[in-house]
Amino acid sequence: MIESLTHFFATPWGVLSRSLIYLLGICGFVAANAAYLVWVERKGAGRFQRRPGPTESGWAGLLQPPADGIKLLSKQLMAPPGSDKILFWAAPLMVIAPPLVCLAAIPFGDNVLARDLNIGLLMVFSFGSINVMALMLGGWASRNKYAIISAARVVSQNVAYEIPMLLVVITMIMVTGTLNLQEIIVQQGGGFWNWNILRGIWDFSGGGWGHIGGNIFAPITFLIFYICMLAETNRAPFDMAEAESELVAGAFTEYGGMGFGVFFMAEYANIVVGCALATLLFLGGWQSGLGPWVGTHLSSLGIWGTLIGVLCFFFKMYFLIFSVVWVRWTFPRTQFYGLLNLSWKILIPLSLLTLLLTSVTLKLPRLF
Amino acid sequence: MNIPKLIPVGDPSAETFTINLGPQHPATHGVLRVKLEMDGEFIVNAQPVPGYIHRMHEKMGENRTYAQYLPNTSRIDYLSAMTYTHAFVGAVEKAAKIEVPLRAEYIRVITSELNRISSHLVGWGAWIMDLGGFTPILYAFDDREKILDLLEAITGSRLTYCYYRFGGVCDDVDQDFIDGSKAFVPYMRKRMKMYKKLVTGNIIFRKRVEGIGPISAEMCRKYGACGPVLRGSGVNYDVRKAEPYSIYNQFDFDIPVYNECDSLARYLVRMDEIEQSLRIIEQACAKIPEGPFQGKVPRVLKLPVGDTCFATECGRGRLLIRITSDGKEEAYRIRLRTPCFTNLSLFEEASQGMMLADAISLMASLDLVIPDIDR
Repeated sequence: MIESLTHFFATPWGVLSRSLIYLLGICGFVAANAAYLVWVERKGAGRFQRRPGPTESGWAGLLQPPADGIKLLSKQLMAPPGSDKILFWAAPLMVIAPPLVCLAAIPFGDNVLARDLNIGLLMVFSFGSINVMALMLGGWASRNKYAIISAARVVSQNVAYEIPMLLVVITMIMVTGTLNLQEIIVQQGGGFWNWNILRGIWDFSGGGWGHIGGNIFAPITFLIFYICMLAETNRAPFDMAEAESELVAGAFTEYGGMGFGVFFMAEYANIVVGCALATLLFLGGWQSGLGPWVGTHLSSLGIWGTLIGVLCFFFKMYFLIFSVVWVRWTFPRTQFYGLLNLSWKILIPLSLLTLLLTSVTLKLPRLF
Repeated sequence: MNIPKLIPVGDPSAETFTINLGPQHPATHGVLRVKLEMDGEFIVNAQPVPGYIHRMHEKMGENRTYAQYLPNTSRIDYLSAMTYTHAFVGAVEKAAKIEVPLRAEYIRVITSELNRISSHLVGWGAWIMDLGGFTPILYAFDDREKILDLLEAITGSRLTYCYYRFGGVCDDVDQDFIDGSKAFVPYMRKRMKMYKKLVTGNIIFRKRVEGIGPISAEMCRKYGACGPVLRGSGVNYDVRKAEPYSIYNQFDFDIPVYNECDSLARYLVRMDEIEQSLRIIEQACAKIPEGPFQGKVPRVLKLPVGDTCFATECGRGRLLIRITSDGKEEAYRIRLRTPCFTNLSLFEEASQGMMLADAISLMASLDLVIPDIDR
């Protein structure tokens, strides 16, 4: 049956239906994640703060997200008088659409992706940057001073953090030599020391220190990527867009009902995309990392292998997402200039340095 | 000491806009309104507009007997109700020359210091919350709960205590309270160690408070600032040492003073004060004598004609209550000199040229309780 399915997906109709299936799947995935990551966030925050978190609706508060959704849906949609109505309502759409598109290129498992693009990584980043514009438009169109201050902050913050993030990605592209996300993961097969984050440090299969083709600075690169991801998704301690103690609710101050709900969902959708990317680029994506011990390659296990791969991917991705929640409830917010200083004075020089050193380590073995 | 401004005040010719920080705003912890004139993210001028919850506490003192007015004093700064009632009770006792038994004084000191710790804990947690860290306030409330339970057992209330009476306290404390207070001291010390690791050493927190919101000693004198704000500016002034009331001169404790004049100094003063309060509680619990808890008080209390002042050191600074009596059962005039009002008044000058988020940090470092400003 699996054979015939593979054949069907190769036909033109198959390609179309595959895209449709994934489209629905991704929409459902994002909706479910946005809803239940809110639950995870609230439950996690509760645990960090020595309280139980949501308990009332459903078992362990599991019905809280649908309850919140129904409440938000039932609220009247209202644009403040004097605001630019078109931009005001375009902003929530623009903020939720990019992560949906980005997820189309992200492989959840071995060949489990909507479109196997050769420029997948590039596409994810080009769509990922639209998010800034949505927040800026939302803040600007709502005709609220808090929102405008927040919009101005968002732009300078995202511009500042886009640079080190892209430098880091360029570093990783140099190591992997491809923009195809599927291929990047295939390269990281074998033991977990073949994952990009550890690849340059020690090679268990006999390479020893400074394995050729690896990047010894990958842990630093990963750290830069992680910090930039927090900043790009406007998460604490870099949540300048919201900054509720200064700017009430920042760019979202004037949004109510589902307008606010969409911004809220987009935040989590962006986190999912960011953490998925970090998993792909550094933590081996759907590779289990136990290859040499298990002895068999995941692809030889057929559908079960794919399923295990998807589980591995989710495990790593949700661990990263949990760490994002963890950071939020542990650290206070940075000051705005502190945030920009961190990017321009530390992260950009550091990422440039790792870029330079990585290119040297990649070139050196070929020289001798 | 002359402290340079971290950020120069924006070009006065530049276009500015006004923003209302409050009366409904998450950072003002109540109904305080601050009119901010902003040049981008920089504050050109900040004008506090108090008065949104004015309840005429001073005027109410003029048509109530002293005993009837006593509960009012615990509702001014609701976080340090004990020390506020202490000031009023002290003023009346001073004017009427009422003797207070020693056991009552010990009880007053223990409860006042417990109240001070709980007040600092709230201020501490709310400050970090203003900086965007949500977790510490729940830890602080967890510890505060222990204090509230202790005080609830003897006073019956959890926030607006009206436990002190002219000439003593309302009811005697039992051994459970003494033991509970004794046990609280090591518990709180352990927690303070954790807070130092979790918050005081946190790099983001340090960056948000170190060198932020400089308030010089001159500025403090100019506006009459007091409490941890004053001691964070290098002035060693604490009413408990400067003009000891009750039996504070019998205890061995230090007044934490920091010379840095920034928000971090004010933070460290509060953290050290919790430690010093624990020391006082420890000593008082060890030495508390047996005996009566209530002195002799005339059935109809009339104060002699004249003025009486009595100051206490409450969580936020020096509270002075002045009673002007014309010999009747009610006071002719009651004047409350509250610490938050004077501490707020320096905000206008101190916040000039600061960024919005830093000004929030500065305001949080003043630890304002809004009903205390408006009374």
